[in-house]
Amino acid sequence: MTWTSLNPWVATPEIFLLCAVCAILLIDLFISDAKRGITYVLTLLTLGVTAALVVAGHEPQARLGFSNSFLADALSDYAKLGMILGVALVLVYGRSYAKARGLYRGEFFTLALFSLLGMMVMASAVNFLTLYVGLELMSLSIYAMVALNRDSFASTEAAMKYFVLGALASGMLLYGMSMLYGATGTLDVFAIAKAIQQGSANNLLVVFGLVFVVTGLGFKFGAVPFHMWVPDVYQGAPTPMTQLISTAPKIAVFVFTLRVLAQALEGFAPDWRGMLMILAVLSIGLGNITAIAQTNIKRMFGYSTISHMGFVLLGILVATPNGYAASFFYVMSYLLMGAAGFGVLMLLSREGFEADQIADLKGLNQRSPWFALMMLFTMFSMAGIPVFLGFFAKLSVLKEIVNMQMVWLAVVAVAFSLIGAFYYLRVVKVMYFDNPESSEPLIAGFDAKVVLSINCLLLLVLGLMPNTLMTVLIDAVQRSIIPGVH
Amino acid sequence: MDMSLAIFYVFAVVLVFAAFRVITAKNPVHAVLYLVLSFFNSAVLWMLMKAEFLAVSLIVIYVGAVMVLFLFVVMMLDINFEKLRQSFWKFLPVAGTVAAIMLAEMVLILTHRYAKIDNVVEPSFDTASAEVLGKLIYTEYFLPFQLSAVLLLVGMVAAIALTLRKRKNTKYINPGDQIRIKREDRVRMVKMKSEPKFVADDASAGEDKPAA
Repeated sequence: MTWTSLNPWVATPEIFLLCAVCAILLIDLFISDAKRGITYVLTLLTLGVTAALVVAGHEPQARLGFSNSFLADALSDYAKLGMILGVALVLVYGRSYAKARGLYRGEFFTLALFSLLGMMVMASAVNFLTLYVGLELMSLSIYAMVALNRDSFASTEAAMKYFVLGALASGMLLYGMSMLYGATGTLDVFAIAKAIQQGSANNLLVVFGLVFVVTGLGFKFGAVPFHMWVPDVYQGAPTPMTQLISTAPKIAVFVFTLRVLAQALEGFAPDWRGMLMILAVLSIGLGNITAIAQTNIKRMFGYSTISHMGFVLLGILVATPNGYAASFFYVMSYLLMGAAGFGVLMLLSREGFEADQIADLKGLNQRSPWFALMMLFTMFSMAGIPVFLGFFAKLSVLKEIVNMQMVWLAVVAVAFSLIGAFYYLRVVKVMYFDNPESSEPLIAGFDAKVVLSINCLLLLVLGLMPNTLMTVLIDAVQRSIIPGVH
Repeated sequence: MDMSLAIFYVFAVVLVFAAFRVITAKNPVHAVLYLVLSFFNSAVLWMLMKAEFLAVSLIVIYVGAVMVLFLFVVMMLDINFEKLRQSFWKFLPVAGTVAAIMLAEMVLILTHRYAKIDNVVEPSFDTASAEVLGKLIYTEYFLPFQLSAVLLLVGMVAAIALTLRKRKNTKYINPGDQIRIKREDRVRMVKMKSEPKFVADDASAGEDKPAA
């Protein structure tokens, strides 16, 4: 091995992030509870510098490092920026919520940063071993964060469920990967693709491993029929942790899926397209229908995430760079929508009161017209009503599906989305036409209120000009995933 | 059928049996001991694949350290395992059917005539596997190796965050405070008039009876 093949500079943002987390871990030990704000500022500063390093290190062509196990390309760079934004939003929105519940501790920040490190590794890894370690780093940090609220029975139960099912999913994924290794004799994403292309792989064994890999990915996406953990974990986890689970890791799992399915197993696209189709249709159907029956809004968001992930899978199963780009756009816009939804819930929560029922939003318009409007934007965007971002996300995925002559699939997706619009609009109805049950003022930091407003307004602004973001993401995917070239 | 194949089958059968007993044994201590047995058998299988370093580390780390700790935990905790096992038999029919279908499918695929799982890669080194492993870990697999270290750090942070708590009813005393204490902090002298001896007064009982 030489210095050139090590080439550690491709991972500058990750290396900085790791050093910064270790420093924060130590500094936090000497900070009293009253001055926890220092940790908060340091954490946001770390996120800012990491994002700046990603932007500064961005180059048009992909760069390999660490003996071809780490790849910095346009896809991973944009995904990393999205994840950093997702984690930052969790910390900003969750600050006063965490303070009121005794979760405002150093571990809240360091574990969030560790999970971000895992996600960033997942986005850049092109070796199955590195991919897997990144996934575990992300998952383990999030399991611990869900369990951080030890005195709550619901949180502990949610953490336990998430941990056991997550470990099962990791086992499936690892078993599938070991089969792929057995079939091709390598763990490198590009070498596997090459072996399959040249016909030197054991095809039956690849399909065998593929089934387990798709199962594991289905668990991590929370796609039906591997969704059992989603509603319980969403409901039981403290709201900032729910927001974290539902936003940034989805981007990481999305890129992970592209690396495994679109890049390593490109030659087996006909096989995995069929599997993803079943997962996608079931997710969109079951997610939207079951969400109608929920009275707990966090649980409702859980089912809504399942249906949104169905759309992401729809884009992936198109198996063209444009399809991947549509899914990438969807995942990124879901990050903004999900963060906004949970942000409003945390705004409504206060010490000793947990806003987790749909009824808790009653008459929000009379309590705070501005944030009722912001929640309206979020709900309209999630439902996919035109001029909001969510509409264009759905539209771009459906366009690619129709281009692939799978009109029936698009019809099914639209039909279930229409059914799903009911429960989003019910939230809007409750906010505007019901009388408030409480007249408590909304207490949250000035920063959270400003960022939440910008977040929700972005759903409208980006919806009015979706082409800017879309072009950037299409370009990123097209530069990173080139069919047939390894 | 050569010798190593015979060894493989013997140990594989024992491994499957032991793994099955781990989940069916009534006594949790027996379950842990069966787990030790299954680890030992998988170590032998690794040995057959010439991965002697992994085999030895499996025995030293898992059998020697992790399982002993686990045994302590099982013996210390007062868990009603009978109660936990009730749902086991309740879910066995469904779970067993799913497992049987999966097993049948896997066997069908792997014994298919196109499967050709005979081109096993032989280890291409003559030296000890620990040496080769060490070189690979610090060169080709440097990144996953370092990340595993971060993973362990996260495990440590999480374990401390989840278990360290300040107890509300702790009897901990700061020796410094104890030495600095003054008489005034402990004893409060109150000056008050001596009260007259209580005399039962029937006449006023109806008007200002004490609340108690």
